[in-house]
Amino acid sequence: MSVVVYTENWEGKFKKASFEAVSYAARTAAQMGTEVIAVVIGGCSDDLSVLGSYGANHVLHYSNSSLDHFNPKSYASVLIDAVNSNSAHGVVLSGSFNGKAIGPLLAVGLKAALITNVSSLPESTAPLRVKRGAFSSKGYVVYESKQEKFVLSIVPNGIGVVEVSVSSNIELKGGFSAPSNSERVSVDMARGAIPLPEAEIVVSGGRGLKGPENWNMVEDLASVLGAGTACSKPVSDMHWRPHSEHVGQTGIAINPNLYIAIGISGAIQHLAGVSNSKTIVVINSDPEAPFFKAADYGIVGDAFDIVPKLTAALKEFKAQN
Amino acid sequence: MKILVCISHVPDTTSKIQFTADGKSLDSTGIQFVINPYDEFALTRALWFKEKLGGSVTVVNVGKANTEPTLRKALAIGADDAIRIDAEPTDGYAVAEELHSLISLEKYDLVLMGRESIDYNGTQVPGMVSALLDWPFINACVGMEVENGIATCIREIDGGKETVKASLPLVVAGQKGLVEEKDLRIPNMRGIMTARTKPLKVVPSVSTIVATQAVQYEKPAGKQACKMVSSDNVKALVDLLHNEAKAI
Ligand SMILES: Cc1cc2nc3c(=O)[nH]c(=O)nc-3n(C[C@H](O)[C@H](O)[C@H](O)COP(=O)(O)OP(=O)(O)OC[C@H]3O[C@@H](n4cnc5c(N)ncnc54)[C@H](O)[C@@H]3O)c2cc1C
Ligand SMILES: Nc1ncnc2c1ncn2[C@@H]1O[C@H](COP(=O)(O)O)[C@@H](O)[C@H]1O
Repeated sequence: MSVVVYTENWEGKFKKASFEAVSYAARTAAQMGTEVIAVVIGGCSDDLSVLGSYGANHVLHYSNSSLDHFNPKSYASVLIDAVNSNSAHGVVLSGSFNGKAIGPLLAVGLKAALITNVSSLPESTAPLRVKRGAFSSKGYVVYESKQEKFVLSIVPNGIGVVEVSVSSNIELKGGFSAPSNSERVSVDMARGAIPLPEAEIVVSGGRGLKGPENWNMVEDLASVLGAGTACSKPVSDMHWRPHSEHVGQTGIAINPNLYIAIGISGAIQHLAGVSNSKTIVVINSDPEAPFFKAADYGIVGDAFDIVPKLTAALKEFKAQN
Repeated sequence: MKILVCISHVPDTTSKIQFTADGKSLDSTGIQFVINPYDEFALTRALWFKEKLGGSVTVVNVGKANTEPTLRKALAIGADDAIRIDAEPTDGYAVAEELHSLISLEKYDLVLMGRESIDYNGTQVPGMVSALLDWPFINACVGMEVENGIATCIREIDGGKETVKASLPLVVAGQKGLVEEKDLRIPNMRGIMTARTKPLKVVPSVSTIVATQAVQYEKPAGKQACKMVSSDNVKALVDLLHNEAKAI
């Protein structure tokens, strides 16, 4: 018995959320009194032994030309193989876009209970009970698995990692032939941008910024903080910013350590995607803006005055620290 | 093209979510239910494909009789006919099995769904249906064209976009981008009138699986009052973020 964890990499580099998934799997496996098998798929230039620092006892590296690119069907078939050939209890994976694509395929392939949006460790493991976010951050639901196997998809950046030191044995599985039924044509990555679900700090702008030409201010602040950038829905609807930056109930849900909202009113649909952020700062000229009720820190004032001052103060702080 | 659009019936985005006192279920008093916003993008795209390539658009919901007004709304927007599979949609796997059985019988060319339901945020049903059918699956789809039986889809990935090709039939889970917000169709008077006479068929439930069960509902912990910082003293905010919140 064991717990399998999918460790996603992008162009050969592990995603930060993969370490979180391994750490989550290790803590779950400890509750179950069993071990962790980390699965790496495709070419990976990172040192695989790093997975031991998050609790992987074994690393299975499936790599051959049929696994060069992410493909939901072929990657799911690898994980199903890893579960079946090791009689594992189930799979842990991070709820990235790719994780969300394969979770349901694993559930069907393994006839497993799929629990997504998981935001804490299992409350019990026999039966498996775990809390997940629902109603777009407006509630939590504890789910119980009714199947022998489970697939848990965890919210990126939600639970964090515990570093340990386990020496893992690494096994290369070169010969696995993976079926697929779709084909990548191309990828187009936003240059230099920090992917939103992974960003620890997010700076976000709303309609209060008046127009796309004023986003330099947001980007300057984000760059001092090493932050990702986001926006409210109308801002992406008006094409001031790309769709991929739209956060909220109908955009991306995020839970960074720090969310700075500039010129955003704090509509219920916006809050639904950001209210799980650990610390929220709101900058708004209207003291009655509803966002202040959901914030930890607030400044009432004109963004065009405050944001450059804040960027300067942070630059000074970074220089000293 | 024979298209099926799967419609989830969810609380309106402005709803205040409350749970029953025993924490065992959603308290739906006063809640208005609507077509899942992601499914509106799927439905509009389906109608657009029908107009361009011919064919039909059927909408389906797995739910009890209370979801019929939501299906009628989809008919008013332009779907040709509607099906309700008569089952309480308590588990994603069970919903997927219901849809799988319908799709196997009816031989659709394309199944369009939403990226996720905004109630339980499952992100389960579309992928499960694709796996049960062994059809290609595109999640988080933000653009799609079909030519000579091949679909070219753009899907969102962390930090960018990926273009993928797959043959029909396939399952697509869409979101904004599949069509633009401004192009979303809304019911007009004529649509509402004709919707009343369009077919809405009720079929019995077939699934027996229960993969998961919700056992307890909880509200998030309330926030502490917001600390206000003067606009003349942004340095104070930097100090608070560093020393108190430990966020920088
Ligand atoms: C079905 C549905 C789904 C939705 N989903 C989402 C979603 O996922 N995400 C989302 O964001 N919205 C969503 N919305 C829209 C939401 O209801 C709001 O309309 C939207 O969030 C408002 O965006 P905003 O705060 O940028 O703009 P506004 O509400 O116009 O607010 C602008 C704010 O800027 C402030 N301001 C103006 N000038 C300045 C200045 N110089 N300095 C500082 N502050 C200033 C104003 O006081 C105001 O509070 C959804 C709506 C619906 C109906
Ligand atoms: N009860 C249901 N009836 C019909 N379609 C559904 C139902 N539940 C979910 N779906 C479809 O599956 C998508 C994703 O839902 P979910 O997996 O529940 O997040 C929705 O956008 C719908 O297209």
